[in-house]
Amino acid sequence: MAIDQATVRKIASLARIAISDAEAAAMEGELNGILGWVEQLGEVDVTGVEPMTAVIPNKLRLRDDVVDADPLTGGNRRDDILANAPAPQHGFFGVPKVIE
Amino acid sequence: MTELTNLTVAQIRDGHRAGDFSAVEVAEAFNANVAGAKALNAFIVETPEHAIAAAKAADADRSAGTLKPLSGVPIGMKDLFCTNGVQTTAASHMLEGFVPRYESTVSQKLWDAGAGMLGKLNLDQFAMGSSNETSYFGNVISPWRRKDGGNAALAPGGSSGGSSSAIAARLCPAATGTDTGGSIRQPAAFTGISGIKPTYGRCSRWGIVAFASSLDQAGPMARDVRDCAIMLENMAGFDPKDATSLDMAVPNWEAALSSDLKGKTVGIPREYRLDGIDPDIDAMWDAGIAMLKDAGAEVVEISLPHTKYALPAYYIIAPAEASSNLARYDGVRYGLRDLPQGAGLQDMYAATRADGFGPEVKRRIMIGTYVLSAGFYDAYYTQAQKVRTLIARDFEQAFASCDVILAPTAPSAAFGLGEKTSDPLAMYLNDVFAVPASLAGLPAMSVPAALNREGLPLGLQIIGKAFDEQGVLNAGLAIEERAGFTARADKWW
Repeated sequence: MAIDQATVRKIASLARIAISDAEAAAMEGELNGILGWVEQLGEVDVTGVEPMTAVIPNKLRLRDDVVDADPLTGGNRRDDILANAPAPQHGFFGVPKVIE
Repeated sequence: MTELTNLTVAQIRDGHRAGDFSAVEVAEAFNANVAGAKALNAFIVETPEHAIAAAKAADADRSAGTLKPLSGVPIGMKDLFCTNGVQTTAASHMLEGFVPRYESTVSQKLWDAGAGMLGKLNLDQFAMGSSNETSYFGNVISPWRRKDGGNAALAPGGSSGGSSSAIAARLCPAATGTDTGGSIRQPAAFTGISGIKPTYGRCSRWGIVAFASSLDQAGPMARDVRDCAIMLENMAGFDPKDATSLDMAVPNWEAALSSDLKGKTVGIPREYRLDGIDPDIDAMWDAGIAMLKDAGAEVVEISLPHTKYALPAYYIIAPAEASSNLARYDGVRYGLRDLPQGAGLQDMYAATRADGFGPEVKRRIMIGTYVLSAGFYDAYYTQAQKVRTLIARDFEQAFASCDVILAPTAPSAAFGLGEKTSDPLAMYLNDVFAVPASLAGLPAMSVPAALNREGLPLGLQIIGKAFDEQGVLNAGLAIEERAGFTARADKWW
């Protein structure tokens, strides 16, 4: 199923990527090329085949319910977490005004 | 004495231990090679002070009798691993200037083992690419050139192209790589070095910039099989911070290396014989089969019937996971922010992501977003995951009659920079032999096996059963001993 430029713009909007008309035009051809090529997967008989969920069988572990069990990923790391934020304010992430 | 930068990891470790040279001498020698190789553009950040500090500690540990497994060995770190206090970019504009406040598990293990860091190695942006031409920080150039009198710049492979170029040019004895669909093996093959992607889950993904989480796996790149074994021992291991980390002991791969393959069976997948493939690749493959027979192995033909569907399945699954993983780059918490005058939050997201991602990354996010979108999810994503089950099953059935599989690593030798950039599909096809093992989570390595008619290296790939890195390394060693690959690029940089 070929996609058109309107679809390209829709996908870009879902992906939160601003694109120009020229980029949308270029991407239309590229995406159709790639999607046309992956269509061949439709030939494969997958009757009764389960989609893969884990490539190596592995149990999902639960850690002990302990606060700050790991010093690296536990709490009290505000300054570290904000260190790379582009616009931190008053100990929070700063964003443009969302509510008028 | 041999030039220090020509020594392997094992030779540096053992020579340092024996007192033949100091670790500081080794670090200085490699720092000088790194500083003198700007033309290769293999490093995004150089960290000579880190290498020297680790070397001083190694020399002190030698005096104190407290040597560690990698004491005295300086290495390169792919710039996909977060390093505390050292810029980590994934070769993207999005993360330019990002300085992690924590260390990835794999790099921490290497430093704990005594290794030093020469710098952060260039790569394809967010590890998406097969030629290192998508980096925001410029192309990496391979030290190799064709023996045709020309001096065309060749691709070092990708995505771990800084790692492969640096090792081949003797800028570091070993480096980390990551492999999502061939990103360790293909660059290793292109530059005449070795590299192993272990079983999915062997190396922790914690602190590695995520691309496609069900496929991403770290592994070592080095000049020979022994060095890969040494490095992997010091990278692998259970990590509670990675939900898919394997809770298994790390074997002593180096100690158990053996190139005696008596009693082993090697499978040759008939579907990997592609029509119209480079005759040099086929000749190398046949020579590899003879080498493994000579090492005592029995050789059988096997079938992996869904091979041709691996690449299209990969180019649904990997972009789908990437579109989800890369949603985190929003201009709020870290990385680039592009806030046009008067823009609201949604416009800021879109502007930041338009500015921060390169064309290939955008292409993959777009593909991933599309195949996961309402109405198309089952036709694309679920179908691809079912095909992935069939590909894994192919390997399971093949391994009922063999211990390891031998195939070429890539369908060609290194190509020239710019030769494939205009056609994304042609670039993707370069990973045709590498992707199936990635989809099945299996250990696989590339070892240099021959030079083609242009004087460029070609690699053979060994694919093993899950958790059998030893079998892969041993078959690799058997090839290494017989191929006698000693060629190296003439220095022009």
